[in-house]
Amino acid sequence: MTVLIEAENLTRILPETVPVTLVKDVSLSIGEKEFVAVTGPSGSGKSSLLYLLGLLDHPTNGTLKIDGNDTGPMNETERARTRLAMLGFVFQFHFLLPEFTVRDNVEIPMRKLGRLSRPQMRVRATELLESLGLEGHLDKLPEQLSGGQRQRVAVARSLANDPPIVLADEPTGSLDTKNSDQVFHILETLVRERGKTVIAVTHDVEMAARMDRQIHLVDGSIEKS
Amino acid sequence: MRLILDLAVTHIAGRGRQTLVAIIGVAVGVGFSIAMAALMQGGQDDFVEQLINTMPHVQITDEHRTPPRQPAEEVFDTVAISGLRPRDDRRGIINPTAALTWLNGWVPGRLAQSLKTQGVIRYSSRDIGASIIGVDPEIEQGVSPIVDDFRAGSFAGLRAGGNNIIIGDTMAGRLGAGLGDTITAVSSNGQSRNFQIVGLFHTGTTARDEGEAYVLLKNAQILSERANAINEIWIKLDDPNTAPTVAHRAEAELGYKAVAWQEANEAILEALVIRNIIMYTVVAAIMLVAGFGIFNIISTITHEKARDIAILKSLGFREHDMRRLFLIEGVAIGAAGSAIGWLLGFLLVYALAQVRFELAATGREMTRLPIAWSILHYLLAAGFALASAAVAGYLPARRAAKLNPVDIIRGAT
Repeated sequence: MTVLIEAENLTRILPETVPVTLVKDVSLSIGEKEFVAVTGPSGSGKSSLLYLLGLLDHPTNGTLKIDGNDTGPMNETERARTRLAMLGFVFQFHFLLPEFTVRDNVEIPMRKLGRLSRPQMRVRATELLESLGLEGHLDKLPEQLSGGQRQRVAVARSLANDPPIVLADEPTGSLDTKNSDQVFHILETLVRERGKTVIAVTHDVEMAARMDRQIHLVDGSIEKS
Repeated sequence: MRLILDLAVTHIAGRGRQTLVAIIGVAVGVGFSIAMAALMQGGQDDFVEQLINTMPHVQITDEHRTPPRQPAEEVFDTVAISGLRPRDDRRGIINPTAALTWLNGWVPGRLAQSLKTQGVIRYSSRDIGASIIGVDPEIEQGVSPIVDDFRAGSFAGLRAGGNNIIIGDTMAGRLGAGLGDTITAVSSNGQSRNFQIVGLFHTGTTARDEGEAYVLLKNAQILSERANAINEIWIKLDDPNTAPTVAHRAEAELGYKAVAWQEANEAILEALVIRNIIMYTVVAAIMLVAGFGIFNIISTITHEKARDIAILKSLGFREHDMRRLFLIEGVAIGAAGSAIGWLLGFLLVYALAQVRFELAATGREMTRLPIAWSILHYLLAAGFALASAAVAGYLPARRAAKLNPVDIIRGAT
């Protein structure tokens, strides 16, 4: 099994007057096609760990390798590039750009990467959205969709550049049960059928139990189970 | 790149009214800058033109910039000698024909030679001191500043038989003489001759209207007992701006003092430079104010779009992209403002050019505002606007680029 994410002693301390430790000495290794739940009580550093793994934040200490590449010495451009090509994000809130249509939102990461031609991007965005049951909503603005639909658009956007890793931060946190199930099912499909690695932060114990692997955080550290 | 542009357009379009206010701010700044520059430049051009027209562009006289060295000084070089009585040189420009031929060979303009001598004009027991200037009427037509100022007669009248003279109307008034009267001119050598007045001029410059009398060159030479002599060469150039170079070359070759109009009016030209500095300062100040408008809207957009910035950065956009995005927005507002400002400026200048007013002093002439049309004003105003827009966009853009997406994503949850 190929190791995609390898973290050693990851630590994140906020340099306030009283330093706050968000993540402490986290070492983990996540491979291809894994469906990982990060759980823990609120304030345990689940999201902070996810931001570190997603290169949105810099660790105070420790090393992080993504697909074998050490992210420590990377400059801002290389980190951005890695985010663009290797990582997809789904947040608790959909975080779509409100002025752009659903399809444009999905195309933006593709246009930034510039690997496909514009017509190819359009085809790919359409396919992605239709596979997530959003046919007929392609040219709508995000505000015209329901919460569950928006979150599915966000999933489609995270897959835009076909990254091997999808990071989800409470993806069902703002959805009702029915929509939660739907989004969870989609994430599961990503692992089973598309061969992605999905790492999802959740406080929903029941949902976490349905995933392949659970990482439980307490006060910023992994609790040995 | 297209993507950044699309994002920029969306942001700007999303804030319609605010954007419009910022654009109008820039447009008004650009428009009024152009109008002001046109007025200032027009006034200046008008002023300089009058300055140039009232005098020869280059005036070569029989003087030297440094006193000529006396023979004794030539011989006893190392000894300082004081109290030498200067040798009486022959006055006037030596070998005028050669000098004129040489000048005619390369000077891009027209030349006129003259002999100026001091004398007294006498009529019915009244004496008035005057410069008696001997000229060639045909050549003088093309060079003299007073051609357009004749109240009666013209230079051609000098030619028409007998001894004729042209004087200023103020002098005529003081003498009590009129057209056709015969006056007596007495030179400093004591020679005297009678002349009939065939022309009167009024330049508006009292010194000239009261103190100049024009006669044929031949007559002036007779009056001053200097046959074939001239002591002034006036040059009217095709391009007045070349005067200093022409003067310099003439002086270097001929050895006589050659004064360009710029040199003769140095103080006035310096004052014009100061005027220009004031004008550009005001233009810059207007643009600064317009710049604040741009700064304001870009700042607002970056604040409102903090979430979008976080999203884009999490997707894999670089700080550099974010900076460029907001810089483009600032410059776009600046460019739109400049374009509308050009139109506004053009209309303002056009309107100003239509204004007619009466000169209060004389109450006679109707004058238009002097307006200079120059593409340079438009480019300059737009340049100022774009530069201030770039700065006004860059500052918030830099702040936006530095935003940490995690802070915003956390804030949202």
